[in-house]
Amino acid sequence: MKAAVLSFPGSNCDDDLLHAVGTVLGQTAVKVSSQATDLTGYDVVLVPGGFSYGDYLRSGAIAKFAPVMTALKAFAAAGGYVLGICNGFQILTEAGLLPGTLQWNTSLQFICEPEPLLVANHQTAFSQAYAQDQIITLPIAHGEGNYYADPATLAQLEVNGQVVFRYLHNPNGSLNDIAGLTNEAGNVLGMMPHPERAAEALLGSVDGLGVFQSLIQATKGAAIHAN
Amino acid sequence: MFKAEIYVSYKPSVLDPKAEVIKNTLARIGDDNVATVSVGKYFELTLTAPDQAAAEAQVDRICDAMLANVNTEAYHFTVKALEAAQ
Repeated sequence: MKAAVLSFPGSNCDDDLLHAVGTVLGQTAVKVSSQATDLTGYDVVLVPGGFSYGDYLRSGAIAKFAPVMTALKAFAAAGGYVLGICNGFQILTEAGLLPGTLQWNTSLQFICEPEPLLVANHQTAFSQAYAQDQIITLPIAHGEGNYYADPATLAQLEVNGQVVFRYLHNPNGSLNDIAGLTNEAGNVLGMMPHPERAAEALLGSVDGLGVFQSLIQATKGAAIHAN
Repeated sequence: MFKAEIYVSYKPSVLDPKAEVIKNTLARIGDDNVATVSVGKYFELTLTAPDQAAAEAQVDRICDAMLANVNTEAYHFTVKALEAAQ
């Protein structure tokens, strides 16, 4: 799998993603500047956590106009796999690649805790390495992770099986306990918890590896084709 | 030159926890007759445009694209022509 890890000014989980995908899982992972205009040749694009552009205006509201976002939209429209984590999720919703909005946590507190999650749909390119209804624990670290969508959108997400991860003990007020969801086509996933921070036993957990192993599985055909 | 004054606030259907905290604190300090609180953002832009209608159309587009998240926020604005500078 050849993964692009986007890097915006203020991204701070890009190196963690490079480590998890490159060093831990032995894949090709390349940091790509937000100023880049071409994402051809990659199997997967990872949009990292952090505080892109200082979260000025709203989380992700400035990042969505970065040059690389035009390339990212084309990449996603062509069916490429896109994974946005934390601020990456916020950027993808602002850019219109995923429905809904991440609002301030109802507690108004920045929450940095391990959170148990339910794998609500394991039949996706991002979750197939997990069992259906498996419970995993991933760290969250956000102030604005409270998922909101209007009632019609929420109903549609549920009908389509787009909710991939749910909080067991909703920490932030997210509607329907949503921690991660895909677009309707299933090739773009956003999630607030950090799988890249649960990728090594030495650091306490490998529960997050399944997200990346799922993508490796999903892109195997593509990699062979490219070679 | 035109001047736009833009207000962005949450749609009434969206829970705003910051506004709730302000309202609850007002009640605690004695202002318990405050019925609702809405927190928003205010922007001022000055821009050149061929005419009022063009300026308004552009400001509307800017609000949609950037200044408001239309999933959760509503906006309104006024556009006024400024006196030409000396």
